Amino acid sequence: MSGIPHDHYEPKTGIEKWLHSRLPIVGLLYDTIMIPTPKNLNWWWIWGIVLAFCLALQIVTGIVLVMHYTPHVDLAFASVEHIMRDVNGGFMLRYLHANGASLFFFAVYIHIFRGLFYGSYKAPREITWIVGMIIYLLMMATGFMGYVLPWGQMSFWGATVITGLFGAIPFIGESIQTWLLGGPAVDNATLNRFFSLHYLLPFVIAAMVIVHIWAFHTTGNNNPTGVDVRKGSKEEAEKDTLPFWPYFVIKDLFALVVVLAVFFAVVGFMPNFLGHPDNYIEANPLSTPAHIVPEWYFLPFYAILRAFTGDVWVVMAASWITGGIVDAKFFGVLAMFGAIIVMALVPWLDTSRVRSGRFRPMFKWWFYLLVLDFIVLMWVGAMPTDGIYPYISLIGATYWFAYFLVILPILGVIEKPTAAPATIEEDFNAHYGKPAE
Amino acid sequence: MLKKLAITAVAALTLSAGGAIAAEGGHIHDVDFSFEGPFGKFDQMQLQRGLQVYTEVCSACHGMKFVPIRTLADEGGPALPEDQVRAYAAQLEIYDPELDDMRPRTPADHFPPHGDPNAPDLSLMAKARAGFHGPYGSGINQFVKGIGGPEYIVSILTGYTGKEKEEAGTTYYENTAFPGGWIAMAPPLSGEDVEFADGHSNELHHEATDVAAFLMWAAEPKMMARQHAGFVAVLFLSILSVLLYLTNKRLWAPVKKKAKEA
Repeated sequence: MSGIPHDHYEPKTGIEKWLHSRLPIVGLLYDTIMIPTPKNLNWWWIWGIVLAFCLALQIVTGIVLVMHYTPHVDLAFASVEHIMRDVNGGFMLRYLHANGASLFFFAVYIHIFRGLFYGSYKAPREITWIVGMIIYLLMMATGFMGYVLPWGQMSFWGATVITGLFGAIPFIGESIQTWLLGGPAVDNATLNRFFSLHYLLPFVIAAMVIVHIWAFHTTGNNNPTGVDVRKGSKEEAEKDTLPFWPYFVIKDLFALVVVLAVFFAVVGFMPNFLGHPDNYIEANPLSTPAHIVPEWYFLPFYAILRAFTGDVWVVMAASWITGGIVDAKFFGVLAMFGAIIVMALVPWLDTSRVRSGRFRPMFKWWFYLLVLDFIVLMWVGAMPTDGIYPYISLIGATYWFAYFLVILPILGVIEKPTAAPATIEEDFNAHYGKPAE
Repeated sequence: MLKKLAITAVAALTLSAGGAIAAEGGHIHDVDFSFEGPFGKFDQMQLQRGLQVYTEVCSACHGMKFVPIRTLADEGGPALPEDQVRAYAAQLEIYDPELDDMRPRTPADHFPPHGDPNAPDLSLMAKARAGFHGPYGSGINQFVKGIGGPEYIVSILTGYTGKEKEEAGTTYYENTAFPGGWIAMAPPLSGEDVEFADGHSNELHHEATDVAAFLMWAAEPKMMARQHAGFVAVLFLSILSVLLYLTNKRLWAPVKKKAKEA
């Protein structure tokens, strides 16, 4: 499968040959698990395994939760309490599932920023990146709809606010919103379709994950130097790589277990830390909570959504040019989705030929600023919309767009990269060849 | 002289700030509950006393419709003997559609829902008022200090100042804990409202603390089982991580040795 020369599966026994000539599944698994992997991968490369585990955890706990859950506006909240009180181990299932979503997003953000730093999105891995972005969007849709299912106050009002965003689209917005909700407001029809899609989308994600893995198994992994694996011969390739099994399986498992120890501490000792207390109040369409706050993993983009208010000159200009069709609300929606679209387009926005940020002296600092920007946006997304907060949101949102649309294109032209090692082997030996201290 | 002025100014500011807090509410004070922290446990006697306060006072208006009565017998909870749970259930009536009549509740039934439509259900109140309304348990410190919900309940029950006002036909009572400072619930406890069988003090603060602990149990009855599961998981994962660390080290040793020699 991979473009790197390596040993392939050879069926030896009669049964193996019989199966292989009919269905080469063992060969497929062998080639997948034995893929030559750059031996200099650092600890930032472990989050893929954590993400795969999260998907499996969410599907397994989710399927069991569905066995006890009732998707009906009058019964959903009570059925979740039934799970928490009466179902054997139900409280663990639900807390694992709810906090599992947080771990999933925590891991995906590190995974994405790792890709952004080491240039994993650059040729020839653009498809891997795009598929990854699609997975991320599917995750957001799944996470959002899952949060609606317990039918608490934040479920209901979160659903009302987010579907309201689609209502901001000019002309067709209201029809789209009604179509999404299955009626004029969030009600039983909404709960049922969200439940249906929340069950469906994880399997779409699983399929996309296979495509994601297929894509980077075709190009080979990126690595911290961004230098390509030598592909001239098998001997040459073997100097740069090690088979995924056992070297990286064991390494990744170790990292996964450490991450899970922290995860289980959260689930066991403070499982409601990341949730909102208002979601323990049953949904009430007649009582709006004082602050409607999305889950933490949506906050950076929620901050961008709220940053572009009617008194920002870009918004006023857009409104004037379009004759009022693009109002502040619609502009905010465009900005929120635009923030993800510019990130998805980064393979073509970044003009630098050098992959790894390690050898880009100027890029480094802009990248660190982007990480800081992301954290600030996450913080400000949970703050009220008065005082200084809208200005912070606006600065943060502006930097997010500037990074992808201005800084990356210019940096590639003006920056003078430092020298990268000639081979991965050289990098690895330089790292471990140091005299023992 | 200047110093004196400054002190007076600061004192005046602090005093006015204190007054502002009383008027706006939101003042929650910390209470050390037995169930806080990763190894905390519910105090069985305290939960039983809290149940008594709930039954004799709160349940006049409030309900707990998500809590099955049988869980009063649960280990780690109030752990009432089976016959007492049955007797407790039997004093509460429920409409049975099959009989088309009222009948006494059984332990399999839930606590009754609220009697007063304006009184919120208390099943999950300790979790619904966690963190965000108070200084305790709103951040990472809830790991050791708990989620802050029971503190909120204690602060509400003990936070009445005695002042009242009437607005649009409703009487509001000034409360230092309630957001906004004015609550529609009349002071439910004034101290010595119940007689505890175990002879425990029935001062206002004790009654409030006991019923808050009971409501925390009602909201999170599996807390101890959850903490136990978490502890076992963390323990085993820690051991596994050490084993995997050593495996990984051993596995990579020849590769790294070769790199050193190169």
